[in-house]
Amino acid sequence: MFPNRAAVEGVGDAMELAEVKGRSLWADARTRFFRNKAAVISLIMLIMVAGFALFGGVFAQYENDFVDFSLIGSNAYKGVPSVETGHYFGTDSNGRDLFARTVQGTGISLMVGVVGALVAVIVGTLYGATAGYYGGRVDGLMMRIVDVLMSIPFMFVLILMLVIFGRSIFMLFLGIGLISWLDMARIARGQTLTIKNKEFVEVAVATGVHPVKIILRHIVPNLLGIVIVYATLLVPNMIIFESFISFLGLGVQEPATSLGALINEGSRTMQFGYYWQIAYPLFFFVVTIFAFFFVGDGLRDALDPKDR
Amino acid sequence: MESLLSVRNLSVTFDVRKPGSWPWTPPRKLHAVSEVSFDLKPGECLGIVGESGSGKSTLARAIVGTIPSSDGNIMFEGHDLANMDPKQRRVHRRDVQMIFQDPLAALNPRMTVGEIIAEPLITHEPNTPRDEVKKRVRELMERVGLLPNLINRYPHEFSGGQCQRIGIARALILKPKLIICDEPVSALDVSVQAQVINLLMELQRDMGLSMIFIAHDLSVVKHISDRTLVLYLGRVMETADSRKLTTAPEHPYSQALIASVPIPDPVLERARPRPILEGELPSPLAPPSGCVFRTRCPKAQVSCAETKPALEDIGGNHLVACPFHEAEEVLAVNG
Amino acid sequence: MSLLEIEDLRVTFTTADGDVHAVNGLSLNIDKGETLAIVGESGSGKSQTAFAAMGLLAKNGQATGQARFDGQDLLAMNTRQLNKIRSKDMAMIFQDPMTSLNPYLRVSDQMAEVLMLHQGLSKSAAVTEAVRMLDAVRIPDARARITMFPHEFSGGMRQRIMIAMSLLCQPRLLIADEPTTALDVTVQAQIMQLLGDIRQDFGTAIILITHDLGIVAGFCDRTLVMYGGQIMEEGPTDDIFSDPSHPYTSGLLKAVPRLDKETAELATIAGEPPDMSRLPAGCPFSPRCAQVLDNCRAERPSLEVTPGRRRACHLPVKEVA
Repeated sequence: MFPNRAAVEGVGDAMELAEVKGRSLWADARTRFFRNKAAVISLIMLIMVAGFALFGGVFAQYENDFVDFSLIGSNAYKGVPSVETGHYFGTDSNGRDLFARTVQGTGISLMVGVVGALVAVIVGTLYGATAGYYGGRVDGLMMRIVDVLMSIPFMFVLILMLVIFGRSIFMLFLGIGLISWLDMARIARGQTLTIKNKEFVEVAVATGVHPVKIILRHIVPNLLGIVIVYATLLVPNMIIFESFISFLGLGVQEPATSLGALINEGSRTMQFGYYWQIAYPLFFFVVTIFAFFFVGDGLRDALDPKDR
Repeated sequence: MESLLSVRNLSVTFDVRKPGSWPWTPPRKLHAVSEVSFDLKPGECLGIVGESGSGKSTLARAIVGTIPSSDGNIMFEGHDLANMDPKQRRVHRRDVQMIFQDPLAALNPRMTVGEIIAEPLITHEPNTPRDEVKKRVRELMERVGLLPNLINRYPHEFSGGQCQRIGIARALILKPKLIICDEPVSALDVSVQAQVINLLMELQRDMGLSMIFIAHDLSVVKHISDRTLVLYLGRVMETADSRKLTTAPEHPYSQALIASVPIPDPVLERARPRPILEGELPSPLAPPSGCVFRTRCPKAQVSCAETKPALEDIGGNHLVACPFHEAEEVLAVNG
Repeated sequence: MSLLEIEDLRVTFTTADGDVHAVNGLSLNIDKGETLAIVGESGSGKSQTAFAAMGLLAKNGQATGQARFDGQDLLAMNTRQLNKIRSKDMAMIFQDPMTSLNPYLRVSDQMAEVLMLHQGLSKSAAVTEAVRMLDAVRIPDARARITMFPHEFSGGMRQRIMIAMSLLCQPRLLIADEPTTALDVTVQAQIMQLLGDIRQDFGTAIILITHDLGIVAGFCDRTLVMYGGQIMEEGPTDDIFSDPSHPYTSGLLKAVPRLDKETAELATIAGEPPDMSRLPAGCPFSPRCAQVLDNCRAERPSLEVTPGRRRACHLPVKEVA
């Protein structure tokens, strides 16, 4: 069998015969993302914040629950941020090292955000893609379940749960996991509805590819762009959400802490001139949130479906 | 010769609900394809022409099985595809493959060309060793005129014509018996169309494929197919040998269709009689009674509104659904 | 004097991946009441030529050269002057009529608005005139249907409405950009007949932009073939079809299957239409040309003008297959 000569000549001019590596849409998006300066700077900031949360403990001179009794009652002049005392960020009103506590709080806050986003990505995407792909009654039933869950006054239920079952980080993760995927499921379903009418899905059906494989191989990879953007924007929302719960005093249990809890404590002592007690946690909080939003924005531009 | 595919009284209806109607009000029926019958011999190419809304794509999808048929039989090598349970049907899908209109939309943008072409093979022969899969993909890429070293590229790195070649390679990897092409060249540039048409004809001849070629462009259909079937509002108007249909069409609709096709020859164009068809396709939700074409037919009689004309064999395997048919030369053919 | 005269038109788009040269030094003219076809494939620059003349280029597009309508330079005009000339003297119809019809306004309001603005008619007079124009494009029962919304019409009817709207101020030049590509053949025949009648009744000059050689053959006085943003050849339609003087035109004519002829195998043009951001140094068609000469790849052929015809090819006319 001879190849169709005319066509090979047409495409073959500049190509060597070694296998050419293709540029996937992901690679294209990556190039576009790295062109966006604000997003790249934000990404570096995020990496630094994550590094701070992971490895900051190494540099801390004190444990996060160690109360430095020598400072009690003299916070205003002895607890100030200083390299000499080893309290780089000063101490909190109980005399605990704020540096160690900020490291730990940032970690918890990031974890809450990332766990929430992960649950959303995994559960929400698969749930939404399945509902959208099967359509009809399956879709109707699955999406009504989402509607019902959404109509529950969530904050109220979570607060009740935390009060009844006690404040624990597990409860917090459970609560955040329970709601974070709902919006994602809706988004994924909407996208699936458009993708499943594309011809390449029809080709797969006509070839006899199993529905589960169609969802995993043809639908989900094409959803992922939007899902990733939404997930990045979801992380800061989750962090804010957790901070709010912690601000109410219901979040993480002492001595563990989170940025929200630290800000809560700091806000109470701010008026006495202990400005550092709110400034440091707030700085990390704001930087993290902003960075996530900028990265999400950059990703949205990079993965923009208009460019496909 | 025994038919490979024989479609009998195939109908496809869709339920159309008025937006905002109650769930228990019965939906209106849209008859996209009504009582279509035809036979396809091994190695034969059947062309299907019709305007948009004539149901030609729906017919193709019913045969491939992505749209369920509501009535009739699709006999493929003695098995009725229309009334098979989905599991059995999946086994038979390997013999019938489809090529689509929009070459880029028919390829998953996140998969490499190699993965796309190999997918049918992996689906139906999951135990094929990876080397063997790759070897067959490369062979096939070469066969359809793509450089095999592009196996790891993504669809968006190819032009429309090349994407269509990828689609053709995917359709061929299982060595199917029947290929259904739904407007495979109408989205391509004029200079690329000829390449793809030639490739399809060459493959059909070399591999002994049967083919159903659907297009709105009668010139292309005539060029590629042995027999042509004319659809209007989901019904067969006429079917005949392609050459006979274009030179001596019997049905008034076929005649009007041929008269509307422009010919790239200024002298001939000026000299041609142009009985232009008035109006447009009626809504398939409320098709005219009797003959569906009567509202635009220049020869319509009172009786046309009363009875549906049956397909009548006028000899030489030429079927016409019009009691007032007469051969009319709308076009002088030479060469 | 020519009605529209374009000289050395260049259109360049600035994109993130570099400049795209859509039109490279195109010249053409059209007289009163004449019909000119611009034939080309996707990326040939045929539509961008029209957009540049109408001042409708996308924001990242830049046109240089000259485009004179009745002696006035269109490229030098500001938006207000352009608007005036666009509505009164030249009009454009598109492949998809919905791009220029507002889906939220009744057809009567859209059509009347044009007349009230440019001719100062009262609302009722404008509507009467609009109905008359819809009658002229043979929309049945125009008086009753004029109050409908655009989406209530079929594709062919929408194209008729577009044509009626473009004719309201009786322009002297109508640019039709692929007016029938989205339509069925039977409806295409209706629209082409309508355009022919308009040319006859109003004496409108028409530029028909299309990729379909068939509709050109029956309709246009002169044909201009474009490829890669440049003129390949131009001449009277009969001559271009009966003896093409450029390998591209002759290849194109042989590549389309014809209803009136039996051909065993179609002749093909190798390769694919060009990437406009990476045009070859010489003739844009040289990578695909079956009769390419050595200097075709290096040197861009200049336009060779003979009475009535122009061509850009290094190959002598007699040798074009």
